[in-house]
Amino acid sequence: MTALLHTLEPLVATLRAEGYTVIGPREREGAIVLDVIDSAAQLPSGWGVQTGPGVYRLRRRADRAVFGHSAGPQAWKRFLHPPRERLWAADRDPDGTFAVTASDDPPPRYAFLGVRACDLRAIAIQDRVLGASPSYTARRQAAFIVAVNCTEPSATCFCASAGAGPDVESVDGADLALTELAEPGETEPLYVAVALSPAGRDVLARVPQTPAPPDVVAVARKAVTAATDHMGRSLPDGDLRAMLAATLDSPHWEDVAARCLTCANCTLVCPTCFCTSVTDTTDLTGDHAERWQTWASCFDVEFSYLHGGSVRTSARSRYRQWLTHKLGTWHDQFGESGCVGCGRCIAWCPAGIDITAEARALASAGAES
Amino acid sequence: MIPLPYRVVHRHEETADTVTLRLEPVGDGLAAWSPGQFTMVYAFGVGEIPVSISGGSGPIIQHTVRAVGAVSRAICDAPVGSVLGLRGPFGHGWPEQPPEGEVIVLAGGIGLAPLRPLILAGLGQRLSVLIGARTPADLIFTAEYDQWRAAGARVLVTVDRATAGWTGHVGVVTTLLNQVPITACDATRPPPTGYVCGPEVMMRLGAEALAAAGVPPERIWVSLERNMHCGIGLCGHCQLGPLLVCRDGPVIDAGHAARLLLTREL
Repeated sequence: MTALLHTLEPLVATLRAEGYTVIGPREREGAIVLDVIDSAAQLPSGWGVQTGPGVYRLRRRADRAVFGHSAGPQAWKRFLHPPRERLWAADRDPDGTFAVTASDDPPPRYAFLGVRACDLRAIAIQDRVLGASPSYTARRQAAFIVAVNCTEPSATCFCASAGAGPDVESVDGADLALTELAEPGETEPLYVAVALSPAGRDVLARVPQTPAPPDVVAVARKAVTAATDHMGRSLPDGDLRAMLAATLDSPHWEDVAARCLTCANCTLVCPTCFCTSVTDTTDLTGDHAERWQTWASCFDVEFSYLHGGSVRTSARSRYRQWLTHKLGTWHDQFGESGCVGCGRCIAWCPAGIDITAEARALASAGAES
Repeated sequence: MIPLPYRVVHRHEETADTVTLRLEPVGDGLAAWSPGQFTMVYAFGVGEIPVSISGGSGPIIQHTVRAVGAVSRAICDAPVGSVLGLRGPFGHGWPEQPPEGEVIVLAGGIGLAPLRPLILAGLGQRLSVLIGARTPADLIFTAEYDQWRAAGARVLVTVDRATAGWTGHVGVVTTLLNQVPITACDATRPPPTGYVCGPEVMMRLGAEALAAAGVPPERIWVSLERNMHCGIGLCGHCQLGPLLVCRDGPVIDAGHAARLLLTREL
């Protein structure tokens, strides 16, 4: 069933009434961020973005689209795989033994409003990587996902060549799929809505709607299809896993290292980067201990520390670890690529390093040698 | 994900910086382990590190730990009666020794610890154990060498640097190989198998020397070490190229390991 929604307010209200904490895009401090929304009026109406290597700027749109922006600095992982999480607490008895208690708080029930195909694919990738984590799995299973088709990729986007979009229905995991249709001027956008799961059907059935006329559905489909041809970037063709395994000693890594600040921005904004560290602490008595898990980055020298020193000390080796993992060894470890083509790492790199350009340079250098 | 309390029931100081602890579960114990696997050992409030299992039977788990950092120091200092936390067992251990054929074990320093359960399982005429350490004072499990010999194994010991009173062999562990009559592979005899654990460079050179001495490369196994926080493939720290060492290792075949270890800073 394809429905036409004339406003998103009832959808937000229905999700809230279902007990979900609705998370959606909001305009704040010059960026589109992800945060709790109480009303569709808080969505970033009429805001678009301009991106490039090391560039992210908001711009005013000629229409009132609320999803007229590509990936912002945050990914949904900050909710499903939070930056900081207490894994457990333990109390020590006088005889030295201790009882460990994992958090048994019920998981938050998030409804994500506005998940693009790239990010939907990223959630599926983290599902596979973090499936053995009870807390991740609990949050993931409790989540409701409203995906939104991308009809306006930005200059840093390359989901089509990463096999992760722009059509959200080509990627598993969403409960509802929306396509936003906006006309220039002050007219409010319309939304073509399709339910993709039983939960999605239940929610959609409770939202005021009209049947979507076939010509409107066709316009929506065409806009999504056309987006494939408007990607600002692309990954090089060919078997990147084999190419990267064969170029570990390429001099090109030195070239990247001369530009890379090893700041870890790319790993923080990446929607699939999952690495974490744990820290064990006690209170002042020494008898109450806690274990906290925090996001970690392979760009941190401490990340690979073994007694005697770190394995990866040079910027060359740390950038190489990140890129070869993302596009190459992720296949070995998890059976798929770790890149979804969202372009965040390009826009948020302070040095403007472009993963697609570096992969292409390595591919051509490898082909020459 | 949650450490189980284990009480220290016995401790033995192997060297100035290395201690063997026997640990008994306070309540529930871990699942059965196999030689070459490791656990994550937690010192209350201090931290947690991966440590190979150096022995044990029934519910008892034995760990041999060298103090090289804050957490390993706290574990080494744990007195009898104190309680540590264990998670595991994790990883793929040593592939089982084939029923026939020679078995050559190459150990460097504390690398003998994860090999000890394999040695105990394979004691007999066909087993050769070659042990190297920096100095005589760095040798571990020294009280057991004669027991292993009495059970039929050839046990050879060398040190990099002799000190007063040392009358044994001096040189890196691979120099002992010429004292082991390895029967080269042929159709009439089952092939030999090699197990290697020690510092990374020792494992690379040890595996090369075993291959040169006639052990088929696909029958030489090494045990890798990387930074680990979770033990179950979630944290990403132990990546070595295509491997998550905690999940895909720590034991891998030497040919695969050589390709990875020869890439600098992989």
